[in-house]
Amino acid sequence: MAACRGKSMLTRQAWRLFQRNFSQTTPVAAQLTVRDALNAAIDEEIKRDPSVFLMGEEVAHYDGAYKVSKNLWKKHGDGRIIDTPITEMGFAGLAVGAAMAGLRPICEFMTFNFSMQAIDQVINSAAKTYYMSSGMVPVPIVFRGPNGSAVGVAAQHSQCFAAWYGHCPGLKVISPWSAEDCKGLLKSAIRDPNPVVFLENEVMYGVPFEMSEEAMSENFLLPIGKAKIERAGNHITLVAHSRLVGICLDAAKELAGIGVECEVINMRTIRPMDEETIVKSVMKTNHLVTVEGGWPQFGVGAEICARIIEGPSFNYLDAPILRVTGADVPMPYAKTLEDSANPQAGNIIRSVKKSLNIK
Amino acid sequence: MLPAVRQRILIFPKSLFGSIYQANNYATEATFKTQPYKLHMLENGPSTEVTMTRDEGLQYYRQMQVIRRMETVAGNLYKAKAIRGFCHLYSGQEAICTGMEAAITKEDAVITAYRAHGWTYIRGVSVHGVLAELTGRASGCTQGKGGSMHMYTKNFYGGNGIVGAQVPLGAGIAFALKYQKKNNVCLALYGDGAANQGQLFEAFNMSQLWKLPVIYICENNGYGMGTSAERAAASTTYYKRGDYIPGIWVDGMDVLAVREATRFAKDYVLKHGPILMETATYRYSGHSMSDPGTSYRTREEIESVRGKRDPIFNLKEKLLSSGFSTEQDLKNIDSDVRKEVDEAAEKAKSDPELPLEELYNHIIVDPPSDMRVRGCDVTISAPTKG
Repeated sequence: MAACRGKSMLTRQAWRLFQRNFSQTTPVAAQLTVRDALNAAIDEEIKRDPSVFLMGEEVAHYDGAYKVSKNLWKKHGDGRIIDTPITEMGFAGLAVGAAMAGLRPICEFMTFNFSMQAIDQVINSAAKTYYMSSGMVPVPIVFRGPNGSAVGVAAQHSQCFAAWYGHCPGLKVISPWSAEDCKGLLKSAIRDPNPVVFLENEVMYGVPFEMSEEAMSENFLLPIGKAKIERAGNHITLVAHSRLVGICLDAAKELAGIGVECEVINMRTIRPMDEETIVKSVMKTNHLVTVEGGWPQFGVGAEICARIIEGPSFNYLDAPILRVTGADVPMPYAKTLEDSANPQAGNIIRSVKKSLNIK
Repeated sequence: MLPAVRQRILIFPKSLFGSIYQANNYATEATFKTQPYKLHMLENGPSTEVTMTRDEGLQYYRQMQVIRRMETVAGNLYKAKAIRGFCHLYSGQEAICTGMEAAITKEDAVITAYRAHGWTYIRGVSVHGVLAELTGRASGCTQGKGGSMHMYTKNFYGGNGIVGAQVPLGAGIAFALKYQKKNNVCLALYGDGAANQGQLFEAFNMSQLWKLPVIYICENNGYGMGTSAERAAASTTYYKRGDYIPGIWVDGMDVLAVREATRFAKDYVLKHGPILMETATYRYSGHSMSDPGTSYRTREEIESVRGKRDPIFNLKEKLLSSGFSTEQDLKNIDSDVRKEVDEAAEKAKSDPELPLEELYNHIIVDPPSDMRVRGCDVTISAPTKG
């Protein structure tokens, strides 16, 4: 199928969808990069709801630092796509205030590393206000941007914030992997009346994925808080989020060659976590390896371990849960070092073999 | 300060011969002079000639007395341990919220910091709603879940605990007002302590660039907690610190001056973009109930302000000298206020608290029905409502 860009293709797809009476399978309609999926989600939601707008550094005239908001300013103008000065604490606070007063801002952090400058506004102003006001003041804001390691950008630009934001009640935290994840979940996030932290990944922006007709439609939504089983398997469960889902699938392919069938779960949402899907899988496979890009201590994998231990699937484990994470170091620059700081398929394979007691 | 009194002579023959002390011969409008304003980047400022009708004067008097009494009662409740945690009293600063509320409408928005009880009342929450929130009862304006620093009502966005954070929020509220094409403004208040926060200047920058309808107000009471303004700020001319944003210095102890300046500011802001007001005021209490307020300032200073600049006393003098009211009438208002506040306090002490299930509610809007919130141990998995 040809790669899909622009309005006319979407209208044709939407018309075909309208004509169809039933659908047994979801046939592939197009290929879409993660970047274009995000672009489409923002574009569609801005068209749909006049209170939605995008604000952040370089989102308008520059077309987005990573081109995620390409052409949106040309389409929607100064009123809906707003360039901010380099003042994260100020513009994040401004966006939260606008949300409190009834708008639906999409506040972009050029990377989530810079959100640390604004983190008080995300946590104390956005996450907690609905509770403190006893339900009087909702904050329907989306904070989005690339999270975690990229390539060669070194320590200050490579941190994963899934654990930090996932820690806080009042926030929803999403960490998508595929183009379909990004489109469906970003649209759901924008429509959600709660503050949502949407953790993208820069390395994934250029990766194309097959998209079904349904996924290409303007009302395609994915539920926040539901994981997806990307690959079914009986021997061991791999749970990951964001870019590491793809690495797990690579590892699973290699392991299939030696007869080990991995079940790969794409978390999609960090908070609220879809514990049920993980528990059901562990009850089936009896083995679990968690995989994440962030640091090990107090991370996403640590939380999954705690929940499995405390829950009904603990007695189904035939081996301790193992974690694959980023190395417990600030991110180095040199390539060889960086490659050993980020988890690779080899780390996953080694952990699977250890769990299954295979040499 | 002698008022120029405009008498409206009504066509009742009796009054032409009656004594000026007769109850039905009060003057109905009086003019006063305020202290001069100081202006920054403004050719013209608010007028120093301010008028007040009898009804307005009595309304402002009563409102300020309610706030004064409410804060005194809050202080007593705190000492009796019926209020816990933080409690920052507004006593001495009443003219600011009262004068400003008189200049705006209920469709304008206000956001302030943690010294917020007076603002909560003036924006429409009853004394009972404020005191019961302080004592953590379900009848509190946020059902006891917010406490002293987190009270809200329509177009009043709190009550904010993090110093300075409310200022970019205020710019954002103004952004929304402009986006929605409303002809309204947002008042974003902060103290002299917060005036040095970086995020204020970030908000100033964006609001000026985008011409947002926000009035920034520095309630300068001379102290950020225990640090005097001179010890914290290289520049204490707060009304100039908006730099490219025009500013006005106002006597914050004169309710009519505050009202006049706020009317001027609202008119300006709807045409031109942000403005910055510095209201010179004073707090009689310490920073909070844990601060006696005497280790960093002298008792003489506090008594001097109380004796010479008290905002309620200032207004009382105006009401008496203009013939709008008598000592006795004002005393009647005082005891009526006392009754209202004391009754509210009794309820605030005895009203029930929220039931325990409410701990787990209002975390997120529209939670799915199968969502459970973890309590303090693994056996506690509570349902939640939005």
